[in-house]
Amino acid sequence: MTKKLKIIVLAKQVPDTRNVGKDAMKADGTVNRAVLPAIFNPEDLNALEMALRVKDKNPNAEITVLTMGPGRAAEIIREGLYRGADRGFLLTDRKFAGSDTLATSYAISCAVKKLGEFDLIFGGRQAIDGDTAQVGPQAAEKLGIPQITYAEETLEVTNNSITVKRRLERGTETVKATFPVLITVTGSAADCRARNAKFVMKYKHARTISELADAAEDYIALKTKRPYLQIDELSVADVQADDTFLGLSGSPTKVKAIENVVFIAKDAKVLSNANEEIEELMKELIANHTIG
Amino acid sequence: MKNILVYCEFEDGLIGDVSLELLSKGRKLANQLNCRLEAAIIGANLKGVEKQVFPYGTDVIYMAEDARLEHFLNLPHSAILQHIIRENNPQIVLFGATSVGRDIAPRVASALRCGLTADCTSLEIGDHYEKKSDTTYKDLLYQIRPAFGGNIVATIINPEMHPQMATVREGVMKKEIVDANFKGKIVKVETEKILNDTDFVVKIIERHLEKSKVNIKNSGIIIAGGYGVGSKENFNLLFELAALLGGEVGGSRAAVDAGYIEHERQIGQTGVTVRPKLYIACGISGAIQHTAGMNESAMIISINNDPHAPINQIADYVINGEIADVVPKMIKFYKKNSK
Ligand SMILES: Cc1cc2nc3c(=O)[nH]c(=O)nc-3n(C[C@H](O)[C@H](O)[C@H](O)COP(=O)(O)OP(=O)(O)OC[C@H]3O[C@@H](n4cnc5c(N)ncnc54)[C@H](O)[C@@H]3O)c2cc1C
Repeated sequence: MTKKLKIIVLAKQVPDTRNVGKDAMKADGTVNRAVLPAIFNPEDLNALEMALRVKDKNPNAEITVLTMGPGRAAEIIREGLYRGADRGFLLTDRKFAGSDTLATSYAISCAVKKLGEFDLIFGGRQAIDGDTAQVGPQAAEKLGIPQITYAEETLEVTNNSITVKRRLERGTETVKATFPVLITVTGSAADCRARNAKFVMKYKHARTISELADAAEDYIALKTKRPYLQIDELSVADVQADDTFLGLSGSPTKVKAIENVVFIAKDAKVLSNANEEIEELMKELIANHTIG
Repeated sequence: MKNILVYCEFEDGLIGDVSLELLSKGRKLANQLNCRLEAAIIGANLKGVEKQVFPYGTDVIYMAEDARLEHFLNLPHSAILQHIIRENNPQIVLFGATSVGRDIAPRVASALRCGLTADCTSLEIGDHYEKKSDTTYKDLLYQIRPAFGGNIVATIINPEMHPQMATVREGVMKKEIVDANFKGKIVKVETEKILNDTDFVVKIIERHLEKSKVNIKNSGIIIAGGYGVGSKENFNLLFELAALLGGEVGGSRAAVDAGYIEHERQIGQTGVTVRPKLYIACGISGAIQHTAGMNESAMIISINNDPHAPINQIADYVINGEIADVVPKMIKFYKKNSK
């Protein structure tokens, strides 16, 4: 293949909801995000791997990681660079605060347009902090391109098409699409490769402009010598997004109420693990025909 | 009049269970709002399909039949559904939270610039007063779902931009026939006028679908294991108890994430919803996302080494102890006392 494939990977930094321990809850019942580690959304890592595999076979392909989030989400871009991505952009602006999936996908679509021509966009099927699986399809719609959801494996890439196996509830489906197309990847796809030591060396000093503001002088000198160490930030103005479609005003869904669930405690019979107590329970369940 | 529309999944001559469940819920909401219940069915060979749908009290079926639509494809199905929504202006549109529903719903919501709430565990009608603008919105759809982490439930509304859209997992709503002889109206949708060649740029090459092997949704007895089970091997104990009692094994998401058990068996908001007569929760803490999928079980037994595990509060029996100790005893004393 002679053509230089352009690939974008959408990745999100998320609180690790899989490890919500007891200390993660505040007294008022809300989540204390500060104690949750911020991680690379797991299925976005599967998406990155799928992109890297395309690049393995097409070495002149270019992979761009695009993430939307606060300043510290630059970590996601560095993580992507360590694993083989070529460059990254952080879409960050206060105006994004309060965005639901529609507003988020609008912002992402504006950023993608700003980045120019592309052939493939990969993203995780869903993020573990909301599990909506909506942003991928909505971004595809806003970009006016087709989508393939639940992708598990890439079977073939030509210079204008991709063939993908999808994992559905009851089996698999193989589909073929011409570029450009947006693909969302499920957790059953191949795990992401580990960091590459060479890339870690190369990019460990990669910083966004905001991060550089706090950096030491010699750091800035370093960056002038090696421009690839600059991670670009994109603001609402940079991507020419319309404010009214962002944040709370651009989000049709509103949270009306958040309630703590108070379990109406049943009068539970409490048993120990003593033989007699468990035998008694089993007899009771048999007698009242719950079992047996 | 603004009605309620249910997007019906159709495959191999059958309307999906989740769609029939949503029609049942939609009928109740329509009665409350005093509007019609409508269904959108898109596919090939739709002859007679209305017989599956009318008994749930469906007043109108929008039927889009086209040989090219035999299997679900995002672009043509989205285009037709958008057309139906634009023409008929429903106030609410409901989808199953399946691989089909979660593929088409966001695409359509984006095109129509309306809100969409995923994986609702309850849908209700209610009003909303907006202080800032001093406006009261009447009869909104409350889209209720457990929220991120912990025991919190969020009520989501879409005050301005309609239709209000939501997805609901299979099993969450109950399937209820209203009247086996109910007859509604069929409205044919002219697909040729809506579809373009560009809607078929994604092509299906091959499909391998099988009947699901696991059937926890319809099992009367469920032995569910959580992260506290500790390993895939330890789950064998649960399988042994399930086989003995004629039940199925389910799991929490933490158990699925840890690789102890396959995803098909996940119970909860983002898994299956179950209502067995007996639910034995082994090493499950009882997060709302889990209990949302099992709290209507007729009897709940919790086995946990933490006497304060939240799940104990909804249990009928609490056994304080180690799984490795308690489950073998249950097996032993069941064998001893049965027959
Ligand atoms: C958007 C979203 C959707 C979600 N959807 C779901 C869903 O569909 N289903 C779901 O289940 N979860 C879901 N979750 C995750 C949920 O919040 C919890 O994290 C999860 O249910 C916890 O699983 P668990 O109870 O097995 O694990 P833990 O919370 O870790 O609990 C383990 C329990 O085992 C007990 N235990 C440990 N060792 C032993 C032993 N040796 N003997 C006896 N008891 C022992 C402990 O005391 C504890 O109570 C979702 C989360 C999010 C954010």
